[in-house]
Amino acid sequence: MRTSSSRHERGRGRRTVGNAVAAVAVMATGAALLTGCSGSGDDTAADGTITLRIGTFGSFGYDDATGAKLYAEYTRTHPNIKIVESNVADGQKYWDTLKLRLARGSGLADIQALEVGYIAEATGPAMAGKWADLGTAGGADLGAFLDWKVKQATTGDGKVIGLGTDIGPMAICYNKDLFAAAGLPTDRAEVAELWAGDWAKFIATGETYKKKAPAGTAFHDSAGGLFNAVISSEPVQYANAKGELDYENSPGVKKAWNTAVAAATGRLTAKLRQFDEKGTWNAAFKNSKFATVACPSWMTGIIKDQAGPDNQGKWDIAAPPVAGNWGGSFLAVPKSGKHAKEAAELAAWLTAPAQHAKVFGVNGNIPSSKDTLRSPAVQNAKLPYFGDTPVGKIYSQAAAGITPAPISRWDGQVKTFLTDNGILDIEQRGTDPAKAWENVRKLVDDKIEQ
Amino acid sequence: MLYRLDLKAVPYVFVAPFFLTFAAFGLFPLIYTGWLSLHRVELGGSAQWKGADNYSSLASSDFFWNALANTFTIGVISTVPQLLMALGLAHLLNYKLRGRGFFRVAVLAPYATSIAAATLVFAQLFNTDYGLINTVLGRAGFDPVAWESSKWPAQIAISTIVTWRWTGYNALIYLAAMQAVPQDLYEAAALDGASRWRQFLSVTIPSIRPTILFTIVVSTIGATQLFGEPMLFGGSVGISGGSGNQFQTLSLLMYEKGWVTGALGQASAIAWVMLLLLLLVGGLRKVVSRLNRNRNRNLARRTRTTAGS
Repeated sequence: MRTSSSRHERGRGRRTVGNAVAAVAVMATGAALLTGCSGSGDDTAADGTITLRIGTFGSFGYDDATGAKLYAEYTRTHPNIKIVESNVADGQKYWDTLKLRLARGSGLADIQALEVGYIAEATGPAMAGKWADLGTAGGADLGAFLDWKVKQATTGDGKVIGLGTDIGPMAICYNKDLFAAAGLPTDRAEVAELWAGDWAKFIATGETYKKKAPAGTAFHDSAGGLFNAVISSEPVQYANAKGELDYENSPGVKKAWNTAVAAATGRLTAKLRQFDEKGTWNAAFKNSKFATVACPSWMTGIIKDQAGPDNQGKWDIAAPPVAGNWGGSFLAVPKSGKHAKEAAELAAWLTAPAQHAKVFGVNGNIPSSKDTLRSPAVQNAKLPYFGDTPVGKIYSQAAAGITPAPISRWDGQVKTFLTDNGILDIEQRGTDPAKAWENVRKLVDDKIEQ
Repeated sequence: MLYRLDLKAVPYVFVAPFFLTFAAFGLFPLIYTGWLSLHRVELGGSAQWKGADNYSSLASSDFFWNALANTFTIGVISTVPQLLMALGLAHLLNYKLRGRGFFRVAVLAPYATSIAAATLVFAQLFNTDYGLINTVLGRAGFDPVAWESSKWPAQIAISTIVTWRWTGYNALIYLAAMQAVPQDLYEAAALDGASRWRQFLSVTIPSIRPTILFTIVVSTIGATQLFGEPMLFGGSVGISGGSGNQFQTLSLLMYEKGWVTGALGQASAIAWVMLLLLLLVGGLRKVVSRLNRNRNRNLARRTRTTAGS
């Protein structure tokens, strides 16, 4: 910690100015070397083969190993194209990296997948200019998609930056054993009848369940999950018709908040946070700690993996109180790519109805094209884990009832504050709901720069 | 001529790698962060001048003060027991124990563990529903403690991880300092009839005071930057420091602002406030050590004059 030698050095400093200049020159050269190597390689090989890179997260079901083998199929008809997919499991991490790369303009794949939670940010002013217009390039048939799916990926000046892959129509998954033990019906039509048309009836069913609930179980997994389920069924969510954040005056947020608060304060939930990294939520599936979970189409895979083979046949799927959409994705093409034209063509092909059907057949992703949703392949689909449950019929019916809501750039963040800092605080820490709402408002005001 | 140039330039070439890396990864980010903190910036967007707005909005933000208070309380709960325990441990290791070498290496083992691994293990131990600690408490007839959702239990749990990880490291630093204390002082003290405890208080502690000051400064810097432990301990709500921000530290708030809500300007302002806080601590240390030195010098002078008269 002693710095007694500093005085000597100061004394000598004057004579070495010339050398210091030389040192700066060395540093400058080094810096030039450091920055000089950031250019990306050329993807066109000597024989004219073009390598197209596609960046995805989670599971899109395109790959040649466990997916629908779409890359192999495309390269058969386009021998000059080679396709390489790079996949990141975690969607949030994928998006964070993608944002950095977009800002820097390097390291981007030729096609990048986008989740609906971030699509408004991608179409927003800071990013809209960085994507190719797939309405004009690539020759996609925009009319084949569900209208609202196209609208979500359209920028303020009418460019379509993303082509729809899948959607997330929602139902309610329920544990038949727990329902029977609590004296509730187990047939999916009768169960759906319990709460048809109104989330308040869903809460009322929860109260009935609570009266005769098996020890250590709750009616629903998570109040935050319930909030997401209710809001995904509302025509007005976080944004107003102009796409501006207006959650405070939104009837949808109000309804979802009140429903979730009723579930939390009425002790109808297992007080879990969905996707909790510590695995408490996952463990509760295995131990049958709750009787219902809001079930977008992609949730069926989670139930299968987490509840495990021991619980096979115990879970069934019923129509939701109100139809809603929770999740879904797009494919977009960064403008700066060297092969933006070829990439746009590939994106259009991958999201065409025929390919939607193939992916659904292998991976179960509910397609975002109108005709495929009506096709027998989707209508008659079943999942082995759920026995004879007509999964395809339930979800395509739910998809038909979806009323798309306007979205804003801040939806994802406000949702996190409402569920993780608002609802979860009431649920786990017993915070007064009025105080929790006030806290959410403060969080949004403090942390979101509009 | 060439020889002279060689002689003069070579040392600079040798030190250049450090200064190059420092300029690229230390100095530039520092200055750039300062520039960012005066703007409203979103990743990928353009910057707009905001002057000192980011700083004044911090001053009026509940969440900033909450994070500052949490950083302070977690810092105190983790640093004070940590350093006291390290001192005791070092004192014990300074005795002629059997297998002393083994113990000295063993206390350093937690330091060599990665934060992520250690925190994940502790997070499982402290798990409210399935954790070992609550199971044991339950057996002993106590109610389960909400280690994550209650404020103080959560802060204590996080401090436990920090303490576990750094106690051994500090103990070894103290041990090194203790071994430099001349044996004569202890012999003289023993002749005067001082007990072991008395020797520890009157010989060891004053002799290693500069080292203690050093560890306090280093621990304070570490506590101010605390990030990995609370983030991983909180799991999915780690970045916000729990559902009620009950253990959100300044670093977590900075991360949340910068990367989650995309307010890079505000995040940069927090980074600079943290830097200023640390400079303040460094300044305090300097004042304290100067006062100490002056007092020692006065003391020495007085002893000399008394001896001379």
